[in-house]
Formats: sequence, C-alpha cells, structure tokens
Amino acid sequence: MSAGPGKLPVIVTAKVKLNDLVTRFEFAHADGKPLPPFSGGAHTVVEMRDGDVTRLNPYSLMSDPVDPTHYAISVRRDAAGRGGSMFLHDKVQVGDRLVLGTPVNLFALDLTARKHLMIAGGIGVTPFVAQIKQLQTTGGAFELHYSARSQALASYADDLRAAHPKRVKLYLDDQSQQIPLERLLSGQPPGTHVYVCGPRGMIDWVLATAERLGWPPEAVHSEEFLAPQSGKPFDVELAQSGKTITVGEHESLLEAMEREGVDAPYLCRGGACGQCETGVIAHDGTFQHHDHWLEDDERDGSKIMPCVSRFEGTRLVLDR
Amino acid sequence: MTIQFNDETFRDDYTFRNSEWAIKRFPFPFHEDSYMYSVNMERHRGGPDGSVYAKRFDVDEHYIAEMRDRALVLADDPLRCQSLPHMTLAGWDLLELIMVSKSEDYPDLFELHRDGTTWRWVNKPLGIDDTFTFMDEASLPYGPMEYITRQTQGDFAVLDQRENNLWMDAGMVTTQADWSLDFDIGMNFFEWHAPVPLAHEMGVFKRALKFLLNVQQDSPARRLNWTMTVNPLLDTSPENYHKWGIQKTTLTPENVGRKQHLRVELQTFYRLPRSNALVFPIRCYLIALEDLVTVPKWGRRLHRVIRDLPAELATYKGFIDNRPIILDYLSRFDDGLPTSPGIWPDIHSEPPLQT
Repeated sequence: MSAGPGKLPVIVTAKVKLNDLVTRFEFAHADGKPLPPFSGGAHTVVEMRDGDVTRLNPYSLMSDPVDPTHYAISVRRDAAGRGGSMFLHDKVQVGDRLVLGTPVNLFALDLTARKHLMIAGGIGVTPFVAQIKQLQTTGGAFELHYSARSQALASYADDLRAAHPKRVKLYLDDQSQQIPLERLLSGQPPGTHVYVCGPRGMIDWVLATAERLGWPPEAVHSEEFLAPQSGKPFDVELAQSGKTITVGEHESLLEAMEREGVDAPYLCRGGACGQCETGVIAHDGTFQHHDHWLEDDERDGSKIMPCVSRFEGTRLVLDR
Repeated sequence: MTIQFNDETFRDDYTFRNSEWAIKRFPFPFHEDSYMYSVNMERHRGGPDGSVYAKRFDVDEHYIAEMRDRALVLADDPLRCQSLPHMTLAGWDLLELIMVSKSEDYPDLFELHRDGTTWRWVNKPLGIDDTFTFMDEASLPYGPMEYITRQTQGDFAVLDQRENNLWMDAGMVTTQADWSLDFDIGMNFFEWHAPVPLAHEMGVFKRALKFLLNVQQDSPARRLNWTMTVNPLLDTSPENYHKWGIQKTTLTPENVGRKQHLRVELQTFYRLPRSNALVFPIRCYLIALEDLVTVPKWGRRLHRVIRDLPAELATYKGFIDNRPIILDYLSRFDDGLPTSPGIWPDIHSEPPLQT
C-alpha cells in the first residue's frame, strides 16, 4: 500500500507579485472548510492542469501553521525549468481552482533543540517563514541568516526583520555581504540545531563546514527539492502493470507513469523522501541517478527514483 | 445506536463482561489458521458499520469502567503518564485529533464547540463540560495529553520523529501488555523493541519503521497485535507483575474458559500535524475463551493457532506454562472442519460445531 497524501480542493484567493522573480499565492479551501494544520517546514504538492499536461510541483508552505483559513506559497519564476512555475506565474489567477496535496513535512524542526539556527538562500527562505511563525506560538530560540542577491529580490526580508529585528540578519550579494558561516557555526550554545535551505552550492557549503567543525550529523538539517531534469526520451517496461511506456524529453519517469494511469506512490517528487523508490528487474544501459535517497550500492542497477532519475540504453524493466 | 455502559471492574472481583454485541464485534486477530509476525499494516479508514474499525477512536460499553480503572492506576503510579518537555505541542495535536474525531463520530456523546482558541468540550458519559484556551496549558486541569487520554480508551504512545527514527517521548500507558513507559521513555524505535524475539532477524522492525516514518497526516494506519491474559486485567504492567503474574498459576481445567482471556490490541498510527510527531494509540480488547468459542469459526481457528505457535512466541507472550490447559479446553471447540478466510465471525455462513 502507498502512504501517499490526500488531496485538498482550493481556490486561489490572492496572487501577490513580490519582485521580478517571486510571486506569492494564497489559497482557501474550495468548500469553505478549514484547511488542516501543519508543522513549519512542510510542503504541499500543487496540481496544475496545463492543457493535456498535469504538473505536480512541491512548494514549501509559508503561512502561519495555526491559521486554518488559508495556505500561502511563494513561487520563483524559473524560465529554464519545465514550466510549472511559469504556469503559476502566467496562467493562474485569483478565483481559479487548484488541487493541493495534504501537507507533508520532510524538513521539520527538531523540537528537542535548545536553539534553531536557520540559514536561507533566496527562495529557500519560505520554509523558515512558517517555522518562525510556529516558534512564535510555542516559544523557542531561533536566528535566521538570510542571503539574497539584492534588496529587491530579498523576499519577505523587510517583514521578517521588522517582526524580529534582533534575530534576523540579511546579507546581500550585490553589496558583497556574505554569511559569516565559520563564525556562526563556531559560536553556538550546545544543543543548537542548524537548518539550511537554498541553492545546492549553499547547502553543500553549510553541510561541509558543519562537518569540518565537528557538528553532530543529527543536528544538521537541509532541504532541497530537485526539479526533474530533461533528457533524451527512453522506453520502460513496467512488469506489474504489463505496459511499455515512453518517457518524453521534458517529463519525468514518474510523470510518464502517471500519464499512463499507472499508480505510483510519491510524496516529495524531488528525490528526497524515498516514497517512489522502484526496483529494477532488468536493464541494458546506464542510469542517471539525480536523487538524494538511494545508497551507493543501490545505484548499480537495482533501484531507481522515478521522480528525478532517468535512463539511457536499450532496455529497462521496472517492478511497477 | 445508544451504548449501554457497563458498571464493571478490571481488578479484585473482576466483574468485566462482554455483551452479545461486544462478542460479535470483537477484533479477532487471526485471518488464517496460523500466526507469524508480519508488518500487517493497513490503512485505518473505517470498516463495516458497528465494527471496532468503523470510528477513528472506538467507544464501547466498557468506556466508563475503563476510565475509572485508569484513574485508579494513575493515583497509585503517576509515572504511567509522562511527557518530555518538547512534546507539549504533540499533546495539543492529540487533544485536537481526539476531540474533533469523537465529536464528529459520536455527536450524541461528545460535543466540541470552537470559537477561535476558546474551546468548549462536552463529554456526556463522563459528565465533563470544560471551556479552555487551545494551546494554553494553564487553562486545563492536566497537560493536554493527560487531559484527553484520561477520557479515551486505550494506551497512547506519542512518538517524536527525528534523525529518521521515532522516539518514545510521551505517553499514557495503563492498559499495557507487560511493557513500561517509565522504562522506555526517551528510547528510539529499535531500543524499545529490543526484547521482541524472532522479529529482528526477519527485518520486521526496519520495514515497520520505514513505513511509520512515512505515515502522512490524512492517512492513518492500523494493525492488530495479541497476547493472552489470565483474568480481565487491563493493567498487566511490569510495575505490577507481582500482583498479576501470580494469577497465571490459578488457571485450572475447570476455570480456564472463564478466566483465560484473549487480549487483542488494535494499534493505530496517526501523523500529528502541528508537531510532525506520530501518535500510536493501543486499544486493548479482552474476551474470555468461553465467550470467544460461541463463534464456531473463532473457536476452531484459535485452537489451531495456539497449538502451532512457536515456543519462543508462547514464552514471550507469557502463556507457555498454561498452554496445555488452554489447548485441552480449546480442542473441544475444534472439529477439524475448514475455516473461511479472514477475521470476520461469519456466523451465518460457517457451520456450527460438529459434535
């Protein structure tokens, strides 16, 4: 059985352009019911019907977790991406109906921490917005160090600094400001947990620095949703379903299975949660693994994560 | 239907009884004529009307008596209810989950009126009508987890999720099958399961943990577990083993049908949305063998399961010494006919006992 999330029918109640790149969308339950509470760091998968194509993109929830009247997400326009963010920016309007997945949290606060040290890069600030709201309700020490390209692109920086002037620090690339990571990670009280969300390079920098400075791995948390990458089309035989399908250039293997009506589990659609892990029965070719989930010894042709990973070769048979 | 609550005890004079209704809806745990561990998890999404699976938190004729027994246990031993400091938010989650579920599932028994953070909770069977402020501990007579679990049948283990593991960081445990919250508090999933035989080798716990870490907030899961208990004791705890362990030696061929009970746990798993913790309600159902064998299929099957159970499991479940007496009794209700698949009693389709 799959433990996948359920669905929430919603109406777009607000669309707010924050700057050239980022727009915030707010949703209310389509039937006027309260939306389920969630924990800071949770994401929702937004289901978009774009003509014949169904797009399912995960976005961090950034509204107040205790407010059942609305959810909010912030979407960065990604012109080089496969179209989900462009669809939201260009096509979705106030009053439209969408379907959201029930919130799932793969980036939760460790509530045993004495202090939460948050490091955000760009749009990676959004899960922290909800986590900070959660900590305001329950109590808990935190600091947010937020790096953005410029003042104009530093979404929510003004709100966060106004609400928490002593706890939020902003660093702007165009003014050559950089997070003093080494100093930050060296000077924390025992029991501090560090969280990072941002571009891959920033996550690697924080993880490597924390490791070098002797941080226990369980006190270091990161979240990065990978977008599926485009690639050459390939054919897949699905042994359980008895189908052979073709994965197109701009779709993922998971999306191709869904298009063909094959029931495939998922939670994050970004290579992190492990839910869609699929066994490989036979293959002749090479895998392009893009996930954060599989162990090295599973990447030799025994398993694949269809949400982000691809294949090039003559034959691939999956246990699905 | 309106539930007639029993006036009964689970100690001393043991006046606990199952009505005809309670016998027919008993959660018989064996879907075939043999038993071995498995992860045996399924979605907890209701079940046939009137069955113990139909509601999110089943309320039955034993409700008031079980809550009275819980209060007695807590008065003797307050450490049966513990919550580490970081688990308070999960306690509010649990209070909300139970109040919302019970008021929706049993509107004639429970009411929840919410106006912002001002909540009024009416529990008619227990005569409670409290108004409090949601998320304000000072507005309730106990912490949120203790408050609501003093009003809800079953034990509750509240598990924090971190480091890809689950941690027994809070709970209300007064009706347990010989495990101790006070001993397990703060342990992780592998630590508190360490005493279970065979299952580790089978990889059961690794698979079960992976499943549980992925339980999502609108997709609760459930499974059944079972053991055997002499006398209808809810509190078979290690703390009180000196009181109940000795009762196992009182079993005789004459009293086994009345004294020996099959003890079944309906275990459910819910993601708690505000804290991202997991709650593990463990609801205990007891049935005397003499009541169980009134369902011919169950009599046949229980005999076969107990007869063929590996000795390690009969030892772990604490009835290896009494197994001969139990089998001698149960064999009278096994005529060798085949049984229908599945757990349901199938009263009308299964043949009566052939004598």
